[in-house]
Amino acid sequence: MNSATIIPLFVIIPLAAAFLISLVGKFIKRSSETIIFISSLALLSFSLYARFLLNSSAGKIMIYKIGGWTPPFGICMVLDGLSCFMLITVNLIAFFVAVYSLPYMEQYTDKPKFFTLFSLMVCGMNGLIITGDLFNLFVFLEIASIASYALVAFGTEAEELEASFKYAIMGSVASTFIFIGIAFLYSFTSTLNMADMARVLSNKQNEWVIPFVGVLFLMGFGLKSALVPFHAWLPDAHPSAPASISAMLSGVLIKTLGIYSLIRIFFNIIGATQGYLTVLMFLGAISMIVGVVLALSQWDLKRLLAYHSISQIGYVILGIGLGTPLGILGGLFHLFNHSVFKSLLFLNSGAVDYATGTRDLKETGGLGKLMPVTAKTNLVASMSIAGIPPFNGFFSKAIIIIACLQKGNFGYAICAVIGSILTLASFMKVQKFAFLGEIKDKFKNIKEAPFAMLFSMVCLAIICIFGGLLLIPSLRFFLDDAVAVILKGTGYAGVVLEAAAK
Amino acid sequence: MILYFLCLILFCVGLYGVLRKRNIVKMIIGLGIMEYAMNLFFVLMGYRFHGRAPIDAKDQNILNMVDPLPQALVLTSIVIGLGVTALVISIAIRIYEKYGTFDITKIKRLKG
Amino acid sequence: MINNPETGMTLIVKTITRLTVGLILLFGIYIILHGHLSPGGGFAGGVIVALSFVHLMLAFGKDVAVSRVSKNLASNLESIGAMMFLLVALLGFLRGSFFLNILAKGSPFNLFSAGTIPLSNIAIGIKVGVGLFAIFLALVVLERSK
Repeated sequence: MNSATIIPLFVIIPLAAAFLISLVGKFIKRSSETIIFISSLALLSFSLYARFLLNSSAGKIMIYKIGGWTPPFGICMVLDGLSCFMLITVNLIAFFVAVYSLPYMEQYTDKPKFFTLFSLMVCGMNGLIITGDLFNLFVFLEIASIASYALVAFGTEAEELEASFKYAIMGSVASTFIFIGIAFLYSFTSTLNMADMARVLSNKQNEWVIPFVGVLFLMGFGLKSALVPFHAWLPDAHPSAPASISAMLSGVLIKTLGIYSLIRIFFNIIGATQGYLTVLMFLGAISMIVGVVLALSQWDLKRLLAYHSISQIGYVILGIGLGTPLGILGGLFHLFNHSVFKSLLFLNSGAVDYATGTRDLKETGGLGKLMPVTAKTNLVASMSIAGIPPFNGFFSKAIIIIACLQKGNFGYAICAVIGSILTLASFMKVQKFAFLGEIKDKFKNIKEAPFAMLFSMVCLAIICIFGGLLLIPSLRFFLDDAVAVILKGTGYAGVVLEAAAK
Repeated sequence: MILYFLCLILFCVGLYGVLRKRNIVKMIIGLGIMEYAMNLFFVLMGYRFHGRAPIDAKDQNILNMVDPLPQALVLTSIVIGLGVTALVISIAIRIYEKYGTFDITKIKRLKG
Repeated sequence: MINNPETGMTLIVKTITRLTVGLILLFGIYIILHGHLSPGGGFAGGVIVALSFVHLMLAFGKDVAVSRVSKNLASNLESIGAMMFLLVALLGFLRGSFFLNILAKGSPFNLFSAGTIPLSNIAIGIKVGVGLFAIFLALVVLERSK
């Protein structure tokens, strides 16, 4: 048993939890809550421990060979800086969302089913992050997607079903494109292992296969991550889900399924040329502006937040598309920050919904006096997303803008600044209409949300405040290792195959 | 070569069904056609001329067989397709309960 | 209940079903057990097992099929199948690796060979068989309840 044994646990724990809940959840009272709490806590601690193990491992990479088969033939799991970064992000958010769901899901009928689907979704995301095999990535992507289609429709009201149907159709079409891309890559390279594929591709010349596959993947993963031409499903699907699931979907699902896979395939397998980067930067800038402009006119709190997700994803893609070390650092840091504050905002909207039964900004108002914790955490999150110092959103946006200027892309830098200002305007509206002003008569006797919900929100708010500390030199390894993996490009192949040969 | 183009045509038929049809059941059927077109395409990728099925048997010595890996992958993809189809159909039934119609243009309670 | 002429299809269909449904079930089990020797396996065999129950439901009506396998039993068995598969995979940890085939491989083309693969096939067969039946049942119940 070497230290790499920890890697498959990220798939085993949520999978076991999911089926255990569906088996015993109906018979033993409170068992589903206990199992989900223990499993998500275990996942969070294991992901932090994996980061610790990674520091002490040679070459900062760990390989796990499933069934003892060596990589080009068998499936392997790879834990490097980038996967570790994503694992910590996903499991951190998943833990707080799970704690939040314990009281929040009381208003829905079937808690065990909810937690089963939730665990399956976490399993899909964790598996997607740690796998080193392209088809395995597709399978885990589908596990996470199918669980999320079902979770969006969880309330089975008319709007939720409609949103879920739209999401399921769009998602399936996206998966089809991804599958065709994988089929082409397989027929071209005769291997499915990502590292081996990168090695074969770097030795082969072909003018049309790689760009064609690139376009297919860009369409598929662009749809999954809701970049602007493909964003139509997101503002329907994300607000319709229960608030805790909206937090998961907006916070981590679109990043794992969309951005992580995009980075892994474009940078580490195909090798990012300037053409791809230009397209990514362009899509990022468009998403940034279009998302925030559409958000300005929304009166439904969750729908507004969903449009902001599109806009913030644009920042991440812009940062990564710059291709410079600083830009990628900013992009990844913004990815982490966005998952923290966007899930916090969605949890806040859930708390407002839980207390008042509405999320229409025209009806709420003055909730700050009756729900002080929700109001304060919401203020923190709003300032983070708008990029006000010293909250974490400021640092990541500043890095992205500086990276744009460094590379000479002044137009994109101006777009980023405008997007940030409009975000601030839109969140001032949220503050004014939800938490400030006079309280309406019918909400005179609402109560603050239960303890577990407040606990999650306060913890996430603390991470928002101190998130900027990740940039100080002694903690920067968390981000720097991830950036190093991306910058290595197709050199990833050599590193993985060498580590696997040991 | 013509077989690959037939797959492409089948795929386009499915895509047309998803994008242009107004009845949501027809959209689901379009989705199914699309999935099967790509499965067929992937199996064809593994074909070799004069190859035979990759089944090992006691009394035979196989010299030239088609690539078995795409077949295994397509089986997985079929299972995934089954899951998606079952989920989407159950959602469609529930939609019919709530809206009383299968027409996608009349199912517009969200602002889009 | 079985001979109730009010539910289900005509007498001809019912008689034929009574003759064939056992054979279909048996064929499904055969496919599952020989998954490591011949084409087929857990998924294909599981689908055939599920189809035998669906066949029963189509011919005799919902109640007869549900009296054989109720919805609760189906969903529990499905979870058990999944847990079994995970357990088989976890058994590999005894010798050091996830999904490692720890049992004796035996000689090829015997029924008892290939280590843990038949066990995985049985687990998948249970899961797919009852899972598919549960899906069908759920769709039928959904349609009736409107």
